[in-house]
Amino acid sequence: METYSFLRELADSWALLLLTLFFVGAALWAFRPGSRAIHQDAANVIFKHDKSPGPLPGPSKEG
Amino acid sequence: MWDYVKLIVLAGVGLLAAIAANYARDLPYMVNAIEVAIAAAITFIYVLRHVGEDAPNTPDEYQDGVIRAGVIATTFWGIVGFLVGVVIAFQLAYPALNLGNVTEGILNFGRLRPLHTSAVIFAFGGNALIMSAFYVVQRTSAARLWGGNLGWFVFWGWQLMIVLAASSYILGGTEGKEYAETVWYIDLWITVVWVAFLAVFVGTLVKRREPHIYVANWFYLSMILTVAMLHLVNNAAIPVSILGSLSVPVYSGVQDAMVQWWYGHNAVGFFLTAGFLGMMYYFVPKQVERPVYSYKLSIIHFWALIFLYIWAGPHHLHYTALPDWASTLGMVFSVMLWMPSWGGMINGLMTLSGAWDKLRTDPVLRMMVIAIGFYGMSTFEGPVMSIKAVNALSHYTDWTIGHVHSGALGWNGMITFSVLYFLTPRLWNRAGLYSLKLVSWHFWLATIGIVLYASSMWVTGIMEGLMWREVDANGFLVNAFADTVAAKFPMYVVRGLGGTMFLTGALIMVYNLWMTVNAQPAKASASAAVPAE
Repeated sequence: METYSFLRELADSWALLLLTLFFVGAALWAFRPGSRAIHQDAANVIFKHDKSPGPLPGPSKEG
Repeated sequence: MWDYVKLIVLAGVGLLAAIAANYARDLPYMVNAIEVAIAAAITFIYVLRHVGEDAPNTPDEYQDGVIRAGVIATTFWGIVGFLVGVVIAFQLAYPALNLGNVTEGILNFGRLRPLHTSAVIFAFGGNALIMSAFYVVQRTSAARLWGGNLGWFVFWGWQLMIVLAASSYILGGTEGKEYAETVWYIDLWITVVWVAFLAVFVGTLVKRREPHIYVANWFYLSMILTVAMLHLVNNAAIPVSILGSLSVPVYSGVQDAMVQWWYGHNAVGFFLTAGFLGMMYYFVPKQVERPVYSYKLSIIHFWALIFLYIWAGPHHLHYTALPDWASTLGMVFSVMLWMPSWGGMINGLMTLSGAWDKLRTDPVLRMMVIAIGFYGMSTFEGPVMSIKAVNALSHYTDWTIGHVHSGALGWNGMITFSVLYFLTPRLWNRAGLYSLKLVSWHFWLATIGIVLYASSMWVTGIMEGLMWREVDANGFLVNAFADTVAAKFPMYVVRGLGGTMFLTGALIMVYNLWMTVNAQPAKASASAAVPAE
């Protein structure tokens, strides 16, 4: 079979199936039980370390 | 030791560039080689004067110097790009402005147009992406930028790329691929800088001290990875000579066209959309002071965008030699893309729920909201235009130009302006912006400018499409091409005026940011006021 026909058939069969499953899986994974608290935590990351990375081991500039 | 290696490499590069300039086969190559030699010499002197100095070891502080430089560069290249845009808009309305007999074609539309697109996309947009990515990844990872001075290498490497590309275009160097006009050796340099950008970004993520990778970083990372892939595939070419700027692409015919528009559309999808969505997901919640409306929706938005965008490119090649199935595929994916785009728009807008009153008092937030509005509008217009029947009318007309600009000026421009307004007082530790009233002026000038631009392009685009397809009773075309050009004149003037308003707004921003840094009192010592966590 020529490369073109092979790739074309691969693309609209197995590759399409795998990509669709991955996408649906990723979307469903977002709704897994227990994800609410994790997502809430993640959404608030932006408010936590504005000025500096926070206290490191050793003398800190803050606090 | 490391400094001596750097000095030897820089001396070698400078010498080779000077030799290359001597043996150059064409003008753009020669000028670029001279520029590389100068850049190497300047870097050599800089490194020489700092031999033996230790890099500051302050892991408990963010690296903000390179972001400050990025803010300045974004603003500067923005003005350059908008100015060239206004010039070429008026060149189309008044062809005498090409100055053909004065500059021998160097400043004609054909040379300035890639300068404009590259300046706004890669210089203005690229600097905005790099500096905001550096800002966001540090704040959301609670870690200093990885790689020491590698961030500075990315910054200066990107500026060098811009200068090389700009001078190359003006002197006639091009690969003839839209938005990828840079010639082969500049493509190689872009690859080096981009890999360094990836390394800094991923390195910072790896050493993060926060369990989550905040969603904005996902968008930034997908932008960096996908742009790297697009750039490498689309620019695969064999140089005619190592001493010249000409090269031959490895693809030909319709494959070349398809690779080009796979690149071209995903440059829009990942450079101008995914990366800027990263900005939206960080800076909009920060400005509203509320977390994003739905983190789950942001994850779905991300994956849907990634999975759909990459297939939409063939809609640029409807009714060409491209197989019908491929252009249908491109159309279908473009229409499906509407959903994640609007999901993202809703997520951005609804972040304001419960805080809509802030729109009354905060012009920076207003700018973010109108940016998201333009994102929604142009991601609706795009799928409509990708439908074959609509495309038969719109393709090759000014409607396309109007569509691009409602996205680029409205979405990319406005969100970048708001980020610049957000970052400047924070990075220079100022109490606030110099003038909110001037932000409002900027907002209205830019908005009205975009409306003038987009609406004049709708009118002229549809008119042009209809004139091209008009046939008389005997089946002969009614209009010559020159008839459509003549009919477009008033709309071209309106477009130029819209661009001028947009540029004026940006100049007001420059003044406002300048005064913020130079005339605003410094913020009261922040570390004393903030309670320890």
